[in-house]
Formats: sequence, C-alpha cells, structure tokens
Amino acid sequence: MLTYTIRRLLLSIPTLLFISLVIFGLLQLAPGDPMAQVPLTVPPEVKEKMRQALGLGEAWYIQYWKWLVQFFWIEPQVLIDHWFGTSFSEGKQRVISWQTRSPVMDIVVQRLPQTLWVVGLAYVVGILIALPIGIYSAYRHYSIFDQTGTFITMIGFSIPPFFTGPLLIVIFSVSLGWLPSIYDTTHVVNDWASFKIQFQQMIMPVMVLALQTTAQISRYMRGAMLDNLNQDYVRTARAKGLKESVVVMVHVVRNSMIPVVTVIALGVPAIFGGAIITENVFKVNGIGQLLLTWLYANDLPGVMTLTFIFAILIVLFNLIADVLYGVLDPRIRYD
Amino acid sequence: MTDPVPSGPEADAEFITALQDKTVTAAPSSQWRDVWHQFRRHKGAMFGGAFLMFVTLGVLFGPYIWTIDAQALDIRNRDMRPIWVALWDSTAKTGWHRPLGTDNLGRDILATIIAGGRVSMAVGWAAMLLALVIGTLIGVLSGYFRRLDFWLMRFTDLVLSLPILPLVLLAVTLFRQPLTSTFGGPEAGMFVLIVGVIGLTNWMPTARIVRGDILALKEREFILAARSIGTSSGAIIRRHLLPNVISPVVVSATLGLATAIITESALSFLGVGFPSDFPTWGKLLSDAVPRMQDYPERVMLPGIMISLTVLSVNYLGDGLRDALDPRIRGR
Repeated sequence: MLTYTIRRLLLSIPTLLFISLVIFGLLQLAPGDPMAQVPLTVPPEVKEKMRQALGLGEAWYIQYWKWLVQFFWIEPQVLIDHWFGTSFSEGKQRVISWQTRSPVMDIVVQRLPQTLWVVGLAYVVGILIALPIGIYSAYRHYSIFDQTGTFITMIGFSIPPFFTGPLLIVIFSVSLGWLPSIYDTTHVVNDWASFKIQFQQMIMPVMVLALQTTAQISRYMRGAMLDNLNQDYVRTARAKGLKESVVVMVHVVRNSMIPVVTVIALGVPAIFGGAIITENVFKVNGIGQLLLTWLYANDLPGVMTLTFIFAILIVLFNLIADVLYGVLDPRIRYD
Repeated sequence: MTDPVPSGPEADAEFITALQDKTVTAAPSSQWRDVWHQFRRHKGAMFGGAFLMFVTLGVLFGPYIWTIDAQALDIRNRDMRPIWVALWDSTAKTGWHRPLGTDNLGRDILATIIAGGRVSMAVGWAAMLLALVIGTLIGVLSGYFRRLDFWLMRFTDLVLSLPILPLVLLAVTLFRQPLTSTFGGPEAGMFVLIVGVIGLTNWMPTARIVRGDILALKEREFILAARSIGTSSGAIIRRHLLPNVISPVVVSATLGLATAIITESALSFLGVGFPSDFPTWGKLLSDAVPRMQDYPERVMLPGIMISLTVLSVNYLGDGLRDALDPRIRGR
C-alpha cells in the first residue's frame, strides 16, 4: 500500500505539471491585454516599460518557468518563514497579483477560511443527511419513504444551485425575513448573540451546497446498500441470530461504505467548483468569488495560481480516494 | 425427507410432456420492442421523455405559434405581472395579451422564455453530441487498438483531473473577443465557444464506458468470426462494435445533455455566457435576480424550466438505463 501511495504521489507530479501547462497555455493564447485599463495619455514607451515590469516581455517558457519556481520553490519558503520565523524567502520575488500588486498567496490565504467554513460545513451536513436517507430507503426498498426519498434526491440532483440560491433568498430573506441574504465575512463571533447571527447567515449557503451533496451521496449509499443486502453473509448473520440493527448497521453499512467513502473523497473538488456559484449568489468573499473577480480584471498570475490550486485539490482527492479504497477493501490489491 | 417419486403411466406422460419442446404462443418480439416495453413501465422516464419532447418541440415551433418578437420593446406595457397574479391582486397590471407578463423593458416573458429555451436546448444538444462523438471515438480507438490504449487512457485521466468549471470560465471569458470577430457576431461566436468548451470537457465518462465495453466485446466469438473472413478493422468497428455499444452511449448521452444545460446556464448566470440581448434561461434568471423581491416570477419561470428539463432528462436516463440493460429487462 505504501509503495502504491508513493508511486501515485510521484505520478501526480507530471499530472500537475501538465495541468499547469494547460492553464498557462490557455492564458497565453488569450488575447486579453493587462494594459487595457491604463489611460491612453500614458506614452507607448512608458507602457512598454510597465509591460516589462510585469514580466510580459519575456518568452512564454521563461514566464512559465518563473511561475513554476515562484509557486513551487519560493511560496513554500514563505510558508516556512511564516511558521518558524526563519528568513529563507528574504528578497525573493513571489507571485504578484496584477490587480492588487500584493502576493497572490496572501490574498488566497485571507479568502480561504470563508470558503472552507461554508463548503466544509455544507459537505459535512450533506453527508450526515444523506447517509441515513440512503440506508433507510435501501432497507425499505420500494416503500413510500424510498419512493419519496428517491424523488426528492432526483430533484436535488436536478435543480442547479443558482436557482435554489435565489429561491431560498426569496422565501427566507424577502418574504419571511428570517435569514440575511448576504454573508457578512467581517462578522466576529465572540458571544452567544453573535454566534446566532453567524449561524443564521450560514444556513442558506450551507443548505444550498448541501442539497447537491445529499442528492448525490444518498443515491450512491442506497445503491451500495441494495447491492449488499442480498448477499449471503447477510443471511448468515441473520441466521446466527444477530439483531436486525446489528446486521444492518454493522455488517451491511460497513461494507456499503467502501464505495461511498471514495465517492465522498472524489466529490470534494466538485463542491469547491460548485462553491464558485454559491459564493456568487450569497456574496461570500471566498476563493470562488476571488477567481471571478480576478478573471474579470484580467489578472493572469492570480487566475493561474487559483485555478492551479483547484487542480491540486482534484489530484489530491483522487489520490486519497484511490488509497482509501485500497485501505478499506482488502480485496483490492494494487501491487 | 425426499418426496416420493411418482410412478405409473400418467406420471410418465407428464415427464414426456415436460421434456417436449414448447410451442411458441406469443409472436417473437424484437429487441427494440422489448426495450420499449420495459421503458414504458418506468413512469418517471415516460414523464421525462414526454416533457423533454414537449420542451424541444415547444422551443422549435413555439415562435410560430406565439408570434410576439422576444426582442420587441413595448415600453408602455412594461413590468406587467403574469395573469395568475390577478387572482389575488386585482390592482396588478396584468393582461391576457401578455400571459406571463413583461420585463422592465416591456419584452414579453413568454416569448423570451421560448427564445431562451431555443438557445439553451440548442447548446445542450450540440454540446452533448460533440462530447458524445469525441468520447465514442476515443473510447473505440482506445479499446480496439492496444497500442493506443495506454496513452489515450492516460490522456483521459489527465483531462479528468482538470478543474472543469474554473477552466470553462477562463476559456469563455478570455476567448470571447476573437471568436466573436471570427464568426461574425457575438451570438454565433459565443455559441461555438460555449458548445466547444462544454463538449471538450465532458467526453471523458463516455470514453471510459465505451472503452470498457469494447474491450469486453472484441474478445467475443463474433468478432473473431468477422476477422477470420477478412473484415477490416474499420468495418468491424462500424458493423459489429458500434451497434453493440449503443446502449451505454445513449445513457451517457442523457447525462451529458443534463450537464451541458446546467453548465451553460451557470455560465450565463455568472455573466460570462451569451450577450444580454440574447436570452438564455440562465441569463434570464440572472438578469431577474436583482429585482426578484418585486417580480419573483421572473426568477421562478426560467429556473423552473431549467430544473424541469434537467429533471426530465435525468429520469429519462434512469429509465433508458433500466430498459437497455438486458439483465433487468423482462423482469
């Protein structure tokens, strides 16, 4: 298992390099001019110098190489400096955002907690709702609960978040006035009242994201349970007189969780992608909203770095899913 | 413990009848009739198929029936409410000549929904077909030719690990200008761009499924027989392999259609899709969001159309998967 993990880790390096090259190539081919916002009164030679200062005069492979060095060599040094108070990165050029002229990673680190709170909580809530639904509707196959559950998850699967978001805002913010429609990230939680406000403003974005997760995972859970419920070992467990709750909750659920856990791991990057839309609807200033801002502002280093972070998430969670599958299921042997 | 074995002449006659061939009572039924029979038993799929057909026909022929131009401004009749608002609010501005109301520039909402549906469905179908063609091609090549298999599948894995939504956003934002000038008009350029981007990022599941099926199929005897009489690879693929992978391709096509419609609407919602005078369902929804307090129906109508279409496509896919699976069929 360890050798397999190491091999996969090594294999993910060329994958990530390829992805970064694709993103970089896309940005290079794009015709957007970062100097478009500069006033026309600025003389052309000054503009040319500004272009040079942004590093735009160099050939593409030099730009790509410099970005690689900055992202993989200098940014980790900055992180180490930040943690241990050392000064490895002293005087070295970091990835600088063209829009704000500050290091890209600093902004990303500022925005990350908001996204992680909303997305992470949504994912956990979604899974916690999905698993019981999946288990029960498989156990009572073709019952009313199963039929309604399947129907509701199908609806949750089909309604896009950019529709559920405004819908919830219309119902709960506008008509009923219970919940705020905008997520206030400057809100500080220090006592019970402020915690309540924080809780209220998180409900809607979390539920919108959780609906998608719930729909998907409960379908998988139901399918996996149905596959296992008719197996011989279940009959054996019942035959030797185990309680029904033990048979279902211990024997069947544990075996059904194997594929579901990998689906859960594989779904993490997708929910970050979905957060782009949800953050836009509820005005959460997380990294999804940051990507959109930078995209509209033609901030190439920012967009490049942020998209690449999304790619790292995908590769990482694919790897986690594969390794988990091997760990949980002793029938799977990778070596 | 065992049952006593019956004996005697009448028991012998019973054995003999049991051993005889049974005469066929029902007329033989073709594969596609079986599929249709199984499909009809899935109520959700029937509903989904009917609704999808209704929407497709509605957006195709709707403009000939409801002839109001979706772009026509009618500033005197702006901000009209849908007709059902008159049920509880008699002072609301409603009228039968604008059954779903008008927007803030007086454009008829029914007409814009039909026009928007035209674009959304066209993008969905075109992107789905593109993804299907690419996916089937790569799947067949990878499954049939062993030399290509490794590299094509590594390539598929690589594309699968690309961050799709950020990349789609990137491509659509950055390539808006040049394609607009190439294809002579913002609408045509945007159509090609969005269809291309969605198609190029959604072919991977189809390719994997097709490859798996081809790998299993090409070891079967009928392929060996075809090869032994000197059939060329191209003919084997066309005559013998492709017809046998139709079912998984059709099922993944429905999923592809749903994804394509959702992705296009999401792009329009984020403001990077079609230009604003060119309605699509996602665009109509996002344009209506700022004033949804006063006019919730303008958010609801396009949103419901997107959701119902995607729901019906998903149900259709479910039903087709059951109907095309010979293990489930006939049970």
